Amino acid sequence: MHAIVIKNYQRIPFSAIPALPYELFVPVILEELMIDDSCHCVNYVGFPHNDKVQLICCIANDKQHTIYVTSTIVTLNATLPSLTAHKLAFHIFERELNEQFGIQYTDHPWLKPVRYSFNRSDLNKTIANYPFYSIESEELHEVGVGPIHAGIIEPGHFRFICNGEQILHLEIQLGYQHRGIESLFVEKKKILQRATLAENIAGDTVIGHASTFARVWESLCETAVSPALQLERTLALEHERIAIHTGDLSAMCTDLAYQLGSSVFGRLRTPIINYFQEWTGNRFAKGLIRPNKTNFTFTKELATRWHEVISKFEPDFIEMYDMLSDLPSALARMEKTGIVNKETAQTIGMVGMAARASGLTRDIRMSHPEGWTTISHQPVIKRHGDVFSRVQIRKEEALQSIQYIRQIIELLPDADKGITEEKDALPDSFVIGLTEGWRGEICHCAITDKTGNLQCYKIKDPSLHNWLALGLAVRNNEISDFPICNKSFDLSYCGNDL
Amino acid sequence: MFNNLKILHHQGKQFIPDVTKAEAAGIFRGRPVISKASVNTETLTELCPTSAITTNPVSIDLGRCTFCGECAIQFPEKIRFTKDYKLSSNTRNQLIIEEGIEQPITLDADKIRKEIRRLFHHSLKLRQISAGGDNSCEWELNAVGNVNFDIGRFGIEFVASPRHADGIVITGPITQSMAKPLELCYKAVPDPKIIILAGVDAISGGIFEESHALDRSFLVQYPIDLYVPGNPVHPLTFINGIIQLIGLES
Ligand code: SF4
Repeated sequence: MHAIVIKNYQRIPFSAIPALPYELFVPVILEELMIDDSCHCVNYVGFPHNDKVQLICCIANDKQHTIYVTSTIVTLNATLPSLTAHKLAFHIFERELNEQFGIQYTDHPWLKPVRYSFNRSDLNKTIANYPFYSIESEELHEVGVGPIHAGIIEPGHFRFICNGEQILHLEIQLGYQHRGIESLFVEKKKILQRATLAENIAGDTVIGHASTFARVWESLCETAVSPALQLERTLALEHERIAIHTGDLSAMCTDLAYQLGSSVFGRLRTPIINYFQEWTGNRFAKGLIRPNKTNFTFTKELATRWHEVISKFEPDFIEMYDMLSDLPSALARMEKTGIVNKETAQTIGMVGMAARASGLTRDIRMSHPEGWTTISHQPVIKRHGDVFSRVQIRKEEALQSIQYIRQIIELLPDADKGITEEKDALPDSFVIGLTEGWRGEICHCAITDKTGNLQCYKIKDPSLHNWLALGLAVRNNEISDFPICNKSFDLSYCGNDL
Repeated sequence: MFNNLKILHHQGKQFIPDVTKAEAAGIFRGRPVISKASVNTETLTELCPTSAITTNPVSIDLGRCTFCGECAIQFPEKIRFTKDYKLSSNTRNQLIIEEGIEQPITLDADKIRKEIRRLFHHSLKLRQISAGGDNSCEWELNAVGNVNFDIGRFGIEFVASPRHADGIVITGPITQSMAKPLELCYKAVPDPKIIILAGVDAISGGIFEESHALDRSFLVQYPIDLYVPGNPVHPLTFINGIIQLIGLES
């Protein structure tokens, strides 16, 4: 057996993961597990093992709704041939393995550090002395922005090489937001501390990350959560999608200099997040998701209030969107700008809403919905992969989420606080959990040791796959279109840097 | 044109006329009130994820509290969160709420540097620096300028360049990689200038306090003019904190 086949959020003994010699590991992944386009790597993590490191690779098969897990054990600072040379989508994982464990890949095109983590293997590589890619030419010029940007957003550095107004190349430098979250997950012992950490991985994806952590933890402890609790979480996840898509439409309009759209979508976001405050006491729903329980049960009154809020929101949202999508000056900026075609999206392993805007049918709600929801989901797909496709997706997904919440409220059994008794994580366990957050595929992996202590917690925000897409999308575009390209993806800095 | 007017009409009146007296929606967790009821203080302090609760007397440090609400849920007879969103102060001590104290949190007017009210009373331009912020505080600081909260009416505005600013607003626990850019940005702001810490992560490090990836030395070197608690800060908390600082609240 070359790989173990599991379902989303299924607990398996860690020792059940096969450990292949590296010479076999590579062909098994490329030829047996990545059989066609319906398979992609959802996580590839290094787990330190005395003086060695176990590389665990998780490949999702969207058609079979399964995840293959296999591994290999190599020495620290080993020199190895890469997977990236065959499948570019592995580039980011191998860059991280290089950064963490000093693994040298002989044929990897670009071993750039991912996040300059405090415990990286080579402390001499710093964010300040990084050699940016440059081109010697009298005709070209470089533009550097960040780490502190002009607006109120997270830090990152963008280095453009331009020919006049036209962008030839964009290099994205991240790592400024690294807070050592994965180590803190292991160091902090209380469940509430870990749930708090999960909520603060990316503050715009509170439900996405916190519910993934909660489900992974429940699987580690083998506690079954009630259907009511599961549905409430799904409801919150879809509500978060509506909130962020609306806020991002506002930000898109700001970058288009379309004042009306910016104000109206901005104000439409307010009742949505205020609804979270009515339900949970926090506009971002921090405090809502806890393993095995909830402190804020979704009641009949809350259901009625939700219908009230949405019945006012929906017509105004549609009206404003119709206006935007009819506006020639806005369309001229958005159409055919910042294109990522389907082939590129597949090659670099894009996920989430941005991948669907490029025509990839990749959505965890459809492909790996285990234990998550009883609603059968049809992803919204667009083909052009431009800024406008990503804008269209946001509108259609927000409306779709409204429909889903309507259905969930119908299905919801009577309020249920869940079980409050805490159980311990089971020893020698491995769990991988996938959730479709508003931005895309969130993946958390947990490993416990022989006594049930958490040994390793690996987090992957969808941004990790998609930052490269932004770099490619802006090529040959005018530099003045960068803000709308950037906002149409709205990738996470802190989700990437952790 | 007609469609534009229709859209405008459909928005209705959105702005909050008086941001000092608005009511926060729903079950907002603002300033806590701690009763004198006797409870098992060991369990109480133990449950807090960020060690914000201390005993003798029982108190909550709003500079460390993530407002998760867990203490009030498990000890309702002891701790209750009110909807009072005026949580900011210019002294770190004022953020510590002791049992039996029900007074609102205020600023210590004597400790506000004289030039702040003299120069920034009618116009305050701020440069925001996210130094490991998780993007929720950043979303909320953007929201203070929207049509609902409209901080612009007080002459307060976020600007793109530190050279145009009168002060900085820091969010996030300050990561190692942001320590230097933060300092450079602060130095680029012309004197006199102010520093505001927004959110639990900036004030104390929050849940990241013990992380090895932080470098908070900046905060030891420079004076802090305003602490704005929250996780994230609520726009009303932020606006009220600032207008109290510059002396606009009647
Ligand atoms: S609400 Fe604040 S004081 Fe209470 S447990 Fe949570 S973090 Fe601690």
